[in-house]
Amino acid sequence: MIDVLIIGSGGAGLTAALSAQEAGASVLVVGKTYPTNSQTSMAQGGINAALSNVGEDHVSSHIADTVKSAHGLCDEDMVRKMCADGPETIKWLESLGVPFSRLDNGKSGKDTVAQHQMGGASAKRACYAQDYTGLKILHTLYDTCLKEKIEFLDEYYLLNLIIKDGVAKGATFLDIRTGEVKQIDAKSVVMATGGYASLYHGFTTNAYGSTGDGVAAALRAGGAVSDMEFIQFHPTALKHSAILISESARGEGGHLLNSDGERFIDELKPRDEVARAIFAQIKEGQRVFLDVRHLGEDKLMELLPQEIELCKIHEHIDPAKELIPIKPVAHYTMGGIDVDYALEVNGIKGCFAVGECSNAKVHGANRLGGNSLLEIIAFGRFVGENAYKHSIYASSKPADATQKEKDILEIKVLFSQENTSNFYPYRELLGNLFYEKVGIVRENHQLHEALDEVISMQIAQKEMGISDKNQTNNQNLIDFLEFKNALLLAPTIISAAIARDESRGAHYKVGFENEDNDFKKHIVLQWKREEV
Amino acid sequence: MQIKILRSETNTHQLYTLPAGEIPLLNALTYIKETQDASLTFSAGCRASVCGTCAVRVNSREELSCSYKVKPGDIVEPLQYHPVLRDLKVDKHKAQKTLLQSNTWLQTYKESSLSHTDEKQTAIQTDCILCDACYSACPVYAVNSDFLGPFALTRAYRYSIDKREGDAKNIIDNIQTNGVWDCTLCGECTAVCPKGIDPKMDITILRGTSLQLGHSDPTFTTQDFGIPDFGFNPNAGF
Repeated sequence: MIDVLIIGSGGAGLTAALSAQEAGASVLVVGKTYPTNSQTSMAQGGINAALSNVGEDHVSSHIADTVKSAHGLCDEDMVRKMCADGPETIKWLESLGVPFSRLDNGKSGKDTVAQHQMGGASAKRACYAQDYTGLKILHTLYDTCLKEKIEFLDEYYLLNLIIKDGVAKGATFLDIRTGEVKQIDAKSVVMATGGYASLYHGFTTNAYGSTGDGVAAALRAGGAVSDMEFIQFHPTALKHSAILISESARGEGGHLLNSDGERFIDELKPRDEVARAIFAQIKEGQRVFLDVRHLGEDKLMELLPQEIELCKIHEHIDPAKELIPIKPVAHYTMGGIDVDYALEVNGIKGCFAVGECSNAKVHGANRLGGNSLLEIIAFGRFVGENAYKHSIYASSKPADATQKEKDILEIKVLFSQENTSNFYPYRELLGNLFYEKVGIVRENHQLHEALDEVISMQIAQKEMGISDKNQTNNQNLIDFLEFKNALLLAPTIISAAIARDESRGAHYKVGFENEDNDFKKHIVLQWKREEV
Repeated sequence: MQIKILRSETNTHQLYTLPAGEIPLLNALTYIKETQDASLTFSAGCRASVCGTCAVRVNSREELSCSYKVKPGDIVEPLQYHPVLRDLKVDKHKAQKTLLQSNTWLQTYKESSLSHTDEKQTAIQTDCILCDACYSACPVYAVNSDFLGPFALTRAYRYSIDKREGDAKNIIDNIQTNGVWDCTLCGECTAVCPKGIDPKMDITILRGTSLQLGHSDPTFTTQDFGIPDFGFNPNAGF
């Protein structure tokens, strides 16, 4: 039996794998795509660490900024750990060969890494690699995994965790290529499955696959989830395609303008404030644009080559000469699987969670740009060690096939259902519903409407199914399973949003526009364990 | 607007009708799957040209579905030299194994002073998203399926010139067989790369480095033209 099973092959999963293996564990990384396809590749702006490479900075300032942005909802011990690990994290990435952008300061190692300003930061703290920071970190991690002979199983879709007496014993997967359900036994399990912002289908910067599969699986397995209502909206996504324009566009001096050509907000405020200001303009009938023309073509090509290209492809405009039409869309989910100080899932022993799928309480009500990459690497290393430690004393008796047989049956039913209705329109409907009613500005009556609609959608889901009945490489089936997970998580987000009668960070509610000390707490949800 | 897509089950091009308008191919594929034919299978991820998932061939040229704009009459097919799993979805494992064979990672880390100029040396090469477009476009695979190929060699180049690399020679040693010398320098890889990477140039430089490190062009030395018949032995002396 393997020591540490890592589910998810993005930046958090790869880092956890390297760290667990280095600690002495046998490791297997299982993902629904190839390792380099993950959401991490899309992170652009940077990774925070108080290095003081460009101007003065301190770990204490990094902590203070993070705590401030979290609006009282973070765990300061966890924030302290993450921020304090920042410099060491960059040193580690530097030693793997991450091709960071550089300064010309004649120094060596991590001291040469370029750093720039991002919203909500009191210093130039975000280390970057042009506007491909996530991509370049992810690929370097993958190269290192190949070097260290980390074992991968690609195109395995997580179905369920296997739980015995409250302890994780492994997980079941659908082998996408063969269509078979497979059981993988392990002494420790690490969830690194990413967030759930793709619930906002059509209104998210995220890849199609960010459907919260791991969060849903943890919930089904008796794990707790928390802060589900805190969803970060990125202020600047392209208007028609919802493709991200990095925050560094504003960090470098880009302006936000309305149709009248007026600036209406300090562009460097935290994302929640900027997103709300843009949303308010749009509600007033204004169109909103990002203006980077004054930066000049040379600087733009140097700083934002990727964005310039994407603007040309998806909006048919040249940002060096024209305004970029934008709208705020769902970007990051602060909430997720509730974990303790060791990143072990509350409610499931031997199961750990890291990265966007987890709620390690470092982002609180609003995440700072540059802190998510830091979290996946710093805590990825931490979780690998912890998962290994757990595996040393864990029972090596594998679980029986109960869960697997249950899952086989469930898949079989999907194949045998006739005349099912097409779920794809519902996926779009759910995205619209969430953007309209569980979005940037919330109102209780709208949230209640949304909940009703989600519940009727859950009922309608029984009539939905797959029309492609091919056993192998069935993407229709995967899309449906992902949609089911999204639909399972939907009420947890809405009910938490309803319960929170206040405004805090990314959660803003009409009629309750201020922070309320009574709500300075996490809303934690957990299902009653099913009796088997 | 109508486009044709190669379906693996029938091995024929199936005709699909799309609403008029300029949309990315990925949107067209998604539209077909959601509204017309849920069995049409393709891979997709980020929509923003960075996850490397959605490369296909359109009219015999490699493109990312998410950035290619559909035109009437387009013929869409899966990547070449990859086993087709279903329709446009291919198995990338064999192609990606070339990274393992080429040892494309930092062999031993040596702390170094890097500058903006150093960053620029590999900024483009490290934009690689492993979409496999270059692999599919490379004609060498028609004759040598073991060729290490453009993306692996570009990655080898990227690490070999990194100032932090303490053992560049090991990388160079690993790309001699089925590597730098097997490339025909045709430039197809460079032409199709969605990130503007130039593997042909990287391979050319790697050849120079290989020579400097004592390797030689095996195609040159193993070519056997036989012994020319001069009618006498020119080396025999008089």
